[in-house]
Amino acid sequence: MAKTLAQKLWDAHVVHSAQGEPDLLFVDLHLVHEVTSPQAFEGLRLAGRKVRRPDLTIATMDHNVPTRGGVRAADELSRKQMEVLAENCRREGIPLHQIGSRRQGIVHVIGPELGLTQPGMLIVCGDSHTSTHGAFGALAFGIGTSEVELVLATQCLPQKRQGDIAVEVSGDLPLGVTAKDIVLGLIGKTGTSLGQGHLVEYRGSTIRGLSMEGRMTVCNMSIEWGAKAGMIAPDETTFNYLEGRPHAPRGAAWEAALDSWRSLTSDDDAPFDRVIPVDATKLEPHVTWGTTPAQVVPVTGRVPAPRSETDERALRYMDLRPGTALADIAIDRVFIGSCTNARLEDLRAAASVIHGRHVHPKVRAMVVPGSTSVKRAAEDEGLDAVFKAAGFEWRNAGCSMCLGMNPDILAPGERCASTSNRNFEGRQGSGGRTHLMSPPMAAAAAITGHLVDVRELM
Amino acid sequence: MEPVTQVSGHMAPLDLADVDTDQIIPKQFLKRIERTGYGPFLFYDWRARGNFVLDRPEHKGASVLVAGANFGCGSSREHAPWALRDFGFKAIIAPSFADIFRNNCYKTGLLALTLPESQVRHLMDLVTEDPTVEVTVDLRAQRVHGDGFDYRFEIDSFAREMLLGGLDDISLVERHDSDIAAYEKNRPEWLPTGR
Repeated sequence: MAKTLAQKLWDAHVVHSAQGEPDLLFVDLHLVHEVTSPQAFEGLRLAGRKVRRPDLTIATMDHNVPTRGGVRAADELSRKQMEVLAENCRREGIPLHQIGSRRQGIVHVIGPELGLTQPGMLIVCGDSHTSTHGAFGALAFGIGTSEVELVLATQCLPQKRQGDIAVEVSGDLPLGVTAKDIVLGLIGKTGTSLGQGHLVEYRGSTIRGLSMEGRMTVCNMSIEWGAKAGMIAPDETTFNYLEGRPHAPRGAAWEAALDSWRSLTSDDDAPFDRVIPVDATKLEPHVTWGTTPAQVVPVTGRVPAPRSETDERALRYMDLRPGTALADIAIDRVFIGSCTNARLEDLRAAASVIHGRHVHPKVRAMVVPGSTSVKRAAEDEGLDAVFKAAGFEWRNAGCSMCLGMNPDILAPGERCASTSNRNFEGRQGSGGRTHLMSPPMAAAAAITGHLVDVRELM
Repeated sequence: MEPVTQVSGHMAPLDLADVDTDQIIPKQFLKRIERTGYGPFLFYDWRARGNFVLDRPEHKGASVLVAGANFGCGSSREHAPWALRDFGFKAIIAPSFADIFRNNCYKTGLLALTLPESQVRHLMDLVTEDPTVEVTVDLRAQRVHGDGFDYRFEIDSFAREMLLGGLDDISLVERHDSDIAAYEKNRPEWLPTGR
């Protein structure tokens, strides 16, 4: 029977299945960070259990690490969480990329760049943006702390079968329009929950044309429209990205892996429960105006009239009036960072807008590279100098102001142009207001001091 | 985990859609390393603004939360159901839940149940009009009932068994140890390890 890519990946990981029970799936890679793991390790210890596969478990510190001043700049509770993670990893023999080490970074940035994320794998992490890894043709999704404990103990996870959705994106992206705009535009159409209970495959000529960085941006935000996972079939772009990375197979193993990876596509007549077409040629740069990622419009548009109580609540929180042109909204802060948009390509795109210009005097802008290695690579090609000369702060790697668990937060009432993934109330700091957009769009807003169509600066 | 079979008590209405886990438990409270003690921080920012519905005297002690669609969207933080449980809720009824949040609820022994929008609306109206209305959520019979209403709900049969039996899923998975070992032996050699 014809199968989707998602169902092929699923079937390849079934350890046990029985009528009326969820399938028991094997986990190839379990990514761990300091915030959602301490209670899981504690649970293991109390039950006298050990980590079954420390060799398939990798830890990093990202959620609450300070982006300047090192571990000493962290508050006491954050420091404690980092210490507890280090102690847990030491005791269980789990490799850890801790703060200060050269491979440290956001968990969804370092997995791919180390070559740990490969096609055909099942990857989980106690973080909802684990869907990012699906860009490589992997089945990857977020789990809660109890499930983290279960995976630590057994390397397996019982899971109920999910449905299939295809998002078919076709045509060339217009100038100034990015992968972020594909996914923001999509979520504007689907709303916040259409994907619930489904594995999503992004496909079509536009997706084929995206770099791995762009594909990761698209898959990253799958959870924002409710999907269990998002994925893209691997191709030459994927293989070229992976070849030579520290954990990628080499020699004969590389050839064997390639043979297997090339079969990871949906069969021609594979059945999807739903197919969502997106015409990329009609896309514009998008900006969110509200407090869910689905409250989004093209930057050329206006704040819409409320259609629900949720919209009215968002307008009140964001202090916006219907009919206001987006370009008339002034901003206080700019954040270029997060697992959605803090890879080298994202920083290059932002820097190309900033080059030779200066951050607006009323704006405070910062760049937080997705990983220590992204930071180093950016410095090697002089991007840090471009950002610093323009007045940006150039920070160390971490999740930072995407969720504001470290000292990088908005003050109440501050408005931020952000390349992150969530514009929920208070997400970047209690009372803070977030507008989501692509890195070039955030860079353009930093220069002009208000939301602006980046194409005017090109 | 303690078995969960039935919850009886008062309802509290939270008549909002897309309530995300950042609202349920803001990030500054994710730094604890324990599984308990999150109750005081539930909906922290909303409660700090005053007159939040869950703080009104008529809803004190409610054990069933009635909420809008897509409840629990956003991050995977299990701290969200921990906070709801620590606050005193034993069941949540909504037209839909975010998938990770619902899984996390089951692991916490919190009954996350979906009913059609119209039935949730009816419960919302009932409790808004009379906060003393009694409700019973019966997991065994898969019914939500009270004076003048009786709704049947669907729930994943495996989750239901786990809750009813108070079962430890790690022990259940460990029973498949030989299957796991066999699977491990057949994994392709090129797959990466962290070493």
